[in-house]
Parts: sequence; structure tokens; C-alpha cells
Amino acid sequence: MSSKKKVLGLGLAVLVVLIISGSYLSSVNIPLLQPRGIVADKEFRLLLSVTGIMCIVVIPVFILLGYIVWKYRDTNNSKKKYLPDWDSNRYIEGLWWIIPSIIIFILSIITWNATYALNPFNPLASTEKALNIQVIALDWKWLFIYPSEKVASINKLVIPVNRPVHFYLTSDAPMNSFWIPQLSGQIYSMPGMQTQLYIMANREGHYRGWSANISGIGFASMTFDTAVTSDINFNHWAHQVDKTAPKLTNAAYSVLSRPSSYVAPKYYSHPQPNLFNDTISKYMVPGKQGMVM
Amino acid sequence: MGLISIFANFWLGKLNLQALPPNAIQWFGAILMLSVPIGLALLLTVKKKWKWLYKEWLTTQDPKKIGVMYILVALAMLLRGGADVMFMKTQQSISVGHNMGILSASHFQQIVSAHGTIMIFFVAMGLMFGLINLIVPLQIGARDVAFPFLNATSFWLFFAGMILVNASLVLGDFAATGWLAYPPLSELRYSPTVGVDYWIWSLEIAGAGSLLAAINFLVTIFKMRVKGMNFMKMPMFVWSVLGSLMLVAFAFPILTVTLGLLALDRDLGTHFFTAGGGGNMMMYVNLIWAWGHPEVYILVLPGFGVFSEVVSTFARKRLFGYTSMVWAIGAIVLLSFLVWLHHFFTMGAGSDVNAFFGIMTMIIAIPTGVKIFNWLFTMYRGKIRLESPILWFIGFVVIFTIGGMAGVLLAVPPIDFQLHNSLFLVAHFHMMIVGGVLFADFAAITYWFPKIFGFKLNEKLGRFTFWCWLIGFLTSFIPLYILGFMGATRRLNHYSASLGWQQLFIVSAIGAAIIGLGVGAQILQFVVSIIQRKNNLDTTGDPWDGRSLEWSTPSPVPFYTFARLPHVTERDAFWVAKRQKVEDKRPYEDIAIPKNSPLSMVIALGAFLLGFGIVWHIWWLAVSGLLTIIATIIIRSMDEETEYVLKASDVERLDKQYRMQTKTRETKLAVEV
Repeated sequence: MSSKKKVLGLGLAVLVVLIISGSYLSSVNIPLLQPRGIVADKEFRLLLSVTGIMCIVVIPVFILLGYIVWKYRDTNNSKKKYLPDWDSNRYIEGLWWIIPSIIIFILSIITWNATYALNPFNPLASTEKALNIQVIALDWKWLFIYPSEKVASINKLVIPVNRPVHFYLTSDAPMNSFWIPQLSGQIYSMPGMQTQLYIMANREGHYRGWSANISGIGFASMTFDTAVTSDINFNHWAHQVDKTAPKLTNAAYSVLSRPSSYVAPKYYSHPQPNLFNDTISKYMVPGKQGMVM
Repeated sequence: MGLISIFANFWLGKLNLQALPPNAIQWFGAILMLSVPIGLALLLTVKKKWKWLYKEWLTTQDPKKIGVMYILVALAMLLRGGADVMFMKTQQSISVGHNMGILSASHFQQIVSAHGTIMIFFVAMGLMFGLINLIVPLQIGARDVAFPFLNATSFWLFFAGMILVNASLVLGDFAATGWLAYPPLSELRYSPTVGVDYWIWSLEIAGAGSLLAAINFLVTIFKMRVKGMNFMKMPMFVWSVLGSLMLVAFAFPILTVTLGLLALDRDLGTHFFTAGGGGNMMMYVNLIWAWGHPEVYILVLPGFGVFSEVVSTFARKRLFGYTSMVWAIGAIVLLSFLVWLHHFFTMGAGSDVNAFFGIMTMIIAIPTGVKIFNWLFTMYRGKIRLESPILWFIGFVVIFTIGGMAGVLLAVPPIDFQLHNSLFLVAHFHMMIVGGVLFADFAAITYWFPKIFGFKLNEKLGRFTFWCWLIGFLTSFIPLYILGFMGATRRLNHYSASLGWQQLFIVSAIGAAIIGLGVGAQILQFVVSIIQRKNNLDTTGDPWDGRSLEWSTPSPVPFYTFARLPHVTERDAFWVAKRQKVEDKRPYEDIAIPKNSPLSMVIALGAFLLGFGIVWHIWWLAVSGLLTIIATIIIRSMDEETEYVLKASDVERLDKQYRMQTKTRETKLAVEV
């Protein structure tokens, strides 16, 4: 029968597409599936388990759809049962109110716990003291300030491996979203406000970060490299920058904060100690409580 | 010199020669845009059809015609939004590494924003209101809507908004901010051009039209159902429209106010949402999504309604679980107002807030799942005719289920942190809106076309269209899920070659081209069907063996709609009536029919001038627009003779004539064959 052949052909075509795309995907680099930080890792595992649980409903839907459409298509075959007035059955209907409810209940518990466990403002458990980094989103580049190391950098983030990093984020430009997919999920950086994010990389390497929220014409160029290195290398780097890089004076900052795109990485020493807080408070009306979270 | 500039400032506001397109590509867009109205005007003049157009269409108060106009405008806008896709996909396929592509960053971002704005407000909303106009009165056995003049005004406001959005192609620019124009990017400091103003005022005008239309149809559904049709006997499409319009009535005022506050920030220097000066941009983000999330359900609920009608008609079986379906709609309506924050979990709100909104979002999956199972069981033990409307349904289930799964993932805040604003999100909401709304609208157009025009659409081309859309859509959007996992964010006009994204972007562009082929087939389908209409005439008024009241009228529906109001005792009233085969022997009655009026158009013209005047700061024009609106409303409210009466004897004569005509058509057809 021709419609059977058609379905067979369709199945074959789908199979071929699946094989080709499968072999393609195994050959490319997919950051979200290769987490290199403990936060990204937990988020990835959560994604896998939620997907798995949802398949309990989704797979039956696909099977039922195929089966019912195929079996009850109109073929002049009078042997098939035809019940034009059968329009309700409280047990069957109850089944598909209750089973999805149970699944969503389970997912809700998972969500509740995961949301608390992976709150970006939560410190990460570690024997090491967290490294503080202040992040300012500018038009259109990222400024990273290391207050304890007294260095700063543009579009280049250097962090030690296996040590928690505590970001404080704000923006001296429209809203941006700070994202290093292999290390953790995003957090907004907003002018006049402060957000926080904890991450901890567990493998050395270079990971790309960028802004995930449109912020103007240079938005696509707001990418930066994150170098995760050993503690020793990190300290060495900070020391080097501290000794050799130009100072981040107020004048240098005001030049930096002018709109520019595709800015190459640059390093600075001795950032103004209050630069980050001043950037937040300059958006606030004097005497008014700000939105520091 | 000074005097001239003061003079020009007064008469032209910010408008000057620099408002014209700056480069060849933008000139191309502008000329393309202008060629449509100019071409239409020429055609009308050559064919001497202006008078016909004015009398039959422009001044009409008949919801059947207004519905057709909504759908025509929406389909034209689908082509506009599709042309935007062509530019976006080309740009993203080639703009890698040293190659900066064909569009400047600003132009690309304008196209992205215009694509979203147009597809949501002028395609999806237009198709939805078109269908509501065409079908809701027929299905509830009403001859008209509650407020016919208001209904025409709603359409013309929608039209005025559409013109304003497209005017930005010719004069000035459009918002380069994304389709929801988050401040502070959309504030004057970062977007000093008129782009955001065009966005604000076209949506204010079209949004006012939507709100008025919603109130109108809510009253129609509440007050004008035919005798015997209580709420639990309404067709499911009417139920879903009721749910959707309740959302419009509560959500659109939020949009109007939010855009109004943004306009105050931009035009009067207030600080509602500015960075600094005590403004709070996150308040805007909250407000816009308090409208924006219900908006998703405003669009998708009528789509669900269409599928309920299509599935039960083409499976030749009563809709399974009617009561469950109604409760599911109710649950969706309620929940859709409790989930808005899931659009910005990454704002940094506390765990309690994020967890609450995440769980609320997941709960919506329950009633939605119930609906899908009910549709499947409507087909179970039915006799399914696999014609194109039900193919759209099958495609919808596949796409919507995949998209829904992605949606539940996005509802878990920690997972959302990784997927927010990525192409994974883009793929998710396109699967929901194209699968749930556009596919439903296409099914609806195929399904109800014979009712409105008297002949069916070509089925072969309909199927070809469907397969192009399904295959093209999956080819275009599955790669976006993967790109999302690769970290690709939305609205990127350029990316680095080392990321390895280009191949998938190209695959996605190929998918879009296949969809384009489908759109071409759709246009061809209309043309071929019109030319060959004699082969597909609907002589019975009931081409699909339908179930609800619209199929009890002749096709096309006569201007008075129902010669005698139908009699309803059960659900699927017409299906029941057909089986009982009772002949209607009730007497005919006088019918009051609203007279044509050009004043709806005048109000919309006033609204357009008001919007255009504010966009360009041409204050005399804005004031004249506002005065035009007020004066027209006053003039209209003085008019007490807005209806004429079609005598019972005339109704009888016309009805019999109509039935005769149908018969003649049948015999003619027999001779030709």
C-alpha cells in the first residue's frame, strides 16, 4: 500500500537525518555539554534529570499520536471501531490530569531545591577563600577589577582553578547579561544596581564569555576570554600586571567608558578603590537608598 | 536663517532629509514598501474599483468582511516579517570573523526588533482577530457583534498601527532594541532616534484596537449567544476565544500604561525607567512581561480552539473531554498571570521568588498536556480524514511538544541561567508561537475558507505547503537549540569564526528558505484556488461535514448571516440537527443591520496622525489628530440612525433566492462535469 511505503520512506529519511546530525554533533564543541566549573556542572546535571523526567509524558504523546493517527485514519475499513459519540470518560481523563500533576509535583520539588542550592548569590563551599572580582559592563566591553590584587583588565578574565570566585556586577551602560557558559549560568549587570555570582572552575583552560543581553550596536563584540590557571600562575599574572600595566585613573576610566567595539584585552594597575561603588552610586539620586542586592 | 529653522521646526518637528534611508539596502526596503500601496492604488484606478472598495470594504461594519480585512493585512505582514527573516538569516550565515555581513549592526538590530514586533502584533494578533470576527458570531448564532462600529474602529486602529510601523522603513528608523525595548537601552540617552517612538506609538494604537475588540467580543459572547446555547454548549473555539479575550482585557491596559510611561520618559524627561534619576528599569521589565506572558496565551488559546474544532470535525467524532478542556482553559487563563517573572530569573531575585515563578510556570504544562491528550482521544476510535487542516494539527503536536519540553527546562531557574537569551530560548518560543498559533491559523484558513468565499482551497498545494513548513521549520529551529547549547545568544549580528557556529546558522537559513518555498506555495494555492474555484465550489454550505452552527448557513455567508436564528439544544448543534433532519418552519423576522460608516476610518486616521506627530515632535499634527478623534466620536454619537431594517418578507425572499442559487450552482456544476 502506498501510504505504508510513504510512512516507511519518512521513517528512513528521519533516520538518515538523525545519523548525519549525530555524527556532526559528536565532532563539534558544545560548551553547555562540557561544563568546566562546579556550578555549570550542577546546572548541566539538573538539565539532564529534568529532561529525563519529562520524557515520561513526552514519549507516550509521540507514540499515541503516531498510533492513533495511523490506526484510525479513514480507510473504508469497517472493521475498525467507530464511536462518534464517545466523548468522555472520567477515569481516562483523570489519568491525564493526575499523572502529569505527579510529574510536575516531583519536578517542583527538584526545582525548589535546585533554585536554593544554585542561587548565584550563594557562596560556594570551599576551603579556599573566595577571590573577589568587580565586573562593570561598559559600552561595549567588560571591565574586571581585582580589588585585593589591585589590578584590572578589559575583556580578559584570569582566575585561579579550584578556588571560588565571587563576582560583584554592575553596569555603566545599558543592561547586559554576564555569561561564561562552561563555568556557570548568567546574571544581569544593571546600571545603578549590584548583582552577585559565585563560580568555581575545576579545570584549567580558556573559556569564552560574553553578554547575553542586547545593549546597543557593539553588543556582538562584548566577548572575553576567561583564562583558568593554577594559583601560582594567577598570582604571577596579578603581580606582573601590578608592576607593568598603566594605572586605571579616573581619567583613564572615563576614556574607557566611552562607546567602543571589538576592544582587545588590556590590563591596568591600581584601579581607584571606590571605582565600582562610585559607578553604582552615580546612578542614584543623592540621599536615596539604592538597589544594592 | 533662524526664522526659517523655527518655521521648519514648527511645521516639520524633527523631520528632515536625514530621515530618508541612509544606504542602498535600506532604500531597497523603503521602495519595496512603497511599491505595495502605490501598486494597489494604480490597480484600483485602472480597474475603476475605488467606489467598490469604499462601499463594500472600507466602510463596512460587517464582521465577516472585517475579518477578511484583518487576515489580508496579517498575511501581508507575514510577508514583511518573512522578508526580515531573509535579511537576518543571510547576515547570520555570512557575518563571521573578518566578514561583517551585509547589514550594519544597527540595521540588523532594527530588523530583528521589527520582525518580532510585526510577527506578534500584526501577524499573530491580526490572524487571531480576523478569525474571531469571522467565526465567533457564526458559532454562537449571532448576526453581528455587540458594537459593530467599535469593531470596525478596532480594525482600523490595528491598520493605523501597521502603517506606522511600516512608515519607519521610509522615514527615520525603527527601534534597535529588541522587540520589547528594555530600558535603559530604549531611553533617549541610548536610543536618541525616532525608532523607539515608532515602536511605542504603533503598539499604543494597535493595542488600543485590540483592547476595544476584546471588550466588544466579550460582550458579544456573554450577551448575544443564541437561545439555548448556554456556556457549556458553546463550541470549544468560542471558549478558547473567551479565555483569550479575558486575558486581552486584563493584560493590554498594562501594555498601554507601560509604553505610555516610557513615552513620558522619552518626550517629557521623566524618570520612570531611566538609569539614574531614581528610575527603575526592572520595573519596566516586570510590567512589560506582566502583559507579555499573558500575550503568549492570548495568541495560543484561540489556536487551541481551532484545533479542537478541526480535530473533532476531521475525526468525525465529538470532542473528547469537553469539560476538561474548559477547565484547562480556565487554569491557563489564571496561571498565565502568575508566571511573568520567568522571563528574567537572571535579574538576581531571591530563591523564593525564582522558585515560586518557576513552579507556577511548570504547572501550566498540566492543563496544556490535558488538552493534547484530549485531542488525541478525540481521534481515537474516530474516522480521521487526513486532509491538510488535520495535518497542521499533527505538525502542531510534534512541534509544540518539543517546544513545551524546552519550556519546562527554561522554567527551572538554574537551567534558565544557562539558556536565557540564548538561541535555545529563541527556538523554544518560535516552536510555541509558530506551532501553536501560525499552524492553527493556517489550519483555520483552510478549514473556514469555503464558508467565507464559497469554495475550497486547493488541497494538493495545501499539503505541499504543510510539508514545506514542517520540514523547513524543523530544519531552521532544531539547529538553534544546538546553537543555544553552544552558547550562541540571540540578536547577534556578528560572531567569531572560532566558535564553530557558522555551519548550523547556514542549516538554519536553509530551513528558512524551505519555509519561504512553503509561503510561495501558499500564495500559489490562493491564486490557483481562485482561478479554479468552479472545481471546488461549496454548494452545500457544509463542505467538511461540520458540527457547529457556522456550517448551517449557505457559503459564502449572506450579509444578514442567519435568515432565521438557529435553534440550539445541545453541543455540536448543527451535527445534532443534521441527524434529526428537522425542517425549519418558523416564520422569518425583521433583521436590523448596521449601516456602513467611514467614521471608523477617520478615527484611525486621527490616531495615525497623532502617533506620527508625536514620533516626529510635530505637535500641530498630533493635536489635529487628537481633535479629529474626539470630533469624530462626538459626531458619531449624535447619529441615531446607524441601522437599517431588512424586512421579514425580504429576508424570506433572499433566503429562498439564496437556496435557489445554490441549487442552480449545483446543476451548473453537474452540466460542466
